[in-house]
Amino acid sequence: MNSEQVIEVRGLTKKFHDVVAVNNLDLNVYRGDVFGFLGPNGAGKSTTIRMLLSLIKPSAGDIKIFGKPLKQNRQEIMTKIGAIVEKPDFYLYLSAYKNLEILGRISGADTSNKKIMEMLELVGLEKRYKSKVKTFSHGMKQRLGLAQALIHDPELIILDEPTTGLDPQGMKEIRDLIIYLSSAKNKTIFLSSHILREVEIIASRMIIINKGATQVEGTVDDLLKSDKVSVTFEVDNSETTLKLVNDSKWKESYKSTSKNEIVFELGKNEIPELNRYLNDKGVSVSAVIPVRSLEDYFLKITEGGDK
Amino acid sequence: MITLISIELYKIFKKWRTYIGFIAIGLLTIIVQVALYFTGDAYLKSMTHGLSNSFVMVGNLFNGYLIANLVLMGLFVHIPFLIVLVGGDLLAGEATAGTYRILLIRPASRNKIVSAKFIAGIIYTFLLLVWLAVISLGVSLIIFGSGELLVFSGGKIVIFAANDILWRFICAYAYAALSMSTVFAFSFLFSSLVENAIGPIVATMAVIIIFLILSAIPVDFLQNIREYFFTSHMIQWNEFFADPVNYKEILNSALILASHIIGLYIISAYLFIKKDILS
Repeated sequence: MNSEQVIEVRGLTKKFHDVVAVNNLDLNVYRGDVFGFLGPNGAGKSTTIRMLLSLIKPSAGDIKIFGKPLKQNRQEIMTKIGAIVEKPDFYLYLSAYKNLEILGRISGADTSNKKIMEMLELVGLEKRYKSKVKTFSHGMKQRLGLAQALIHDPELIILDEPTTGLDPQGMKEIRDLIIYLSSAKNKTIFLSSHILREVEIIASRMIIINKGATQVEGTVDDLLKSDKVSVTFEVDNSETTLKLVNDSKWKESYKSTSKNEIVFELGKNEIPELNRYLNDKGVSVSAVIPVRSLEDYFLKITEGGDK
Repeated sequence: MITLISIELYKIFKKWRTYIGFIAIGLLTIIVQVALYFTGDAYLKSMTHGLSNSFVMVGNLFNGYLIANLVLMGLFVHIPFLIVLVGGDLLAGEATAGTYRILLIRPASRNKIVSAKFIAGIIYTFLLLVWLAVISLGVSLIIFGSGELLVFSGGKIVIFAANDILWRFICAYAYAALSMSTVFAFSFLFSSLVENAIGPIVATMAVIIIFLILSAIPVDFLQNIREYFFTSHMIQWNEFFADPVNYKEILNSALILASHIIGLYIISAYLFIKKDILS
């Protein structure tokens, strides 16, 4: 991890009358991070992103981006940020090309034909460059959203639910593009997503917020490592296996059974150990399927927050 | 700033609604011109009925200048609606379409963006008035020719010599552009307050209609405060067709309208800069 802080947020708060949307939030995003920003609906993710992009003014707190206070240096900072905020909306009566040209010009970007076509090619819209955006599907708009976020070659890319509404192929394409931008282009990515698997695959660090406040923050590996994993063991005889489990130290780890599948909640190191134990006792284990993922962790954290 | 203004103008002229004003003015003017082409003599006779008994009318009184004056008087009341169609959409339209989110995350400051939009709207207003001038005066002069202009001013009939008219029209159109810019500024202010373009259109027209109604009610109190209504100053273009021209009064009204435009712009910009973008 690079120690240069790209986003530094301290005590960020936003109140809409009596409703506290974001409550004393701290954020640390470092150069080169793919930073996952997670939280249930209404957690304050979009409000936070809008404050980072100065679409909304904070009620309290400080935002520093690239080491400089956002409020005083907005114009300079914005030249280095590209973003998609919620669903991608464009000037529907203009072509994809013209939308990019206009937004690029406002950003002070190179808006030569070559550059714009390059951007459209990157997101696979080069053949539709003349088409008005009103004829585009949601997925195409989402891809054009990425192109407008990248047109001025920003250092920090803020993506708010970039794969929402896309088909699996579209989601994979966007994910691959994010990975490419991070690894090949060394961009810092701030990724808000509902799709936890996506964050798990892409992100290096993450934060989970709920009710506007931080629940946990850290590297994805560390956060997942610290908790137990749900694992399904596929066995030849579940009754025999259960008897063996009840006589062992994994008695408390057993969760449920269905047909020949037994679900345990185990620490990561315990999985091969249990597998060996069952094999030694003559149980044929045909598959070990870890079902523990960020989703479980997320639910546990956010439900905990609700309590 | 020039980049932003050119982008805003490009956006304005890429929208269909922008051309409604140009088409409406073009069609209405042509209809008036065609109608007067066929029935103009009768109209002029009825207009000069009292005079023709006492005076001998020579020369071409039924000419392009007269038609342009009639068109300007007739359409002036309706042009505000065509202005607010665009003015009301400039900010609220971005909110409705959700495009604030891609526009306001750019390095340009909100102050520059709102100013560019305001200036682009003023340019649109001026272009609409230029179009009105071209189609009502230019085309009328081509069809009906030049001549003296006969107008009713302050209860009198005034006839201007042919070489004393064009400048009056140029000044009248320029003043009309100022009046319409005030209407635009109202619609721009309302546009900064809401997230739907219909609201500013209705609100601006409501303001104009309310002030016009209040001006027309023959009650002393309302008549006394009438001069403070911006609508009273909007129609001062007519003064350029008076003899002599009351420049002091025109300048006073022009300053009042200009201060309205500046004031409304400052309030709109302040509201826009302070606004949380939630759309």
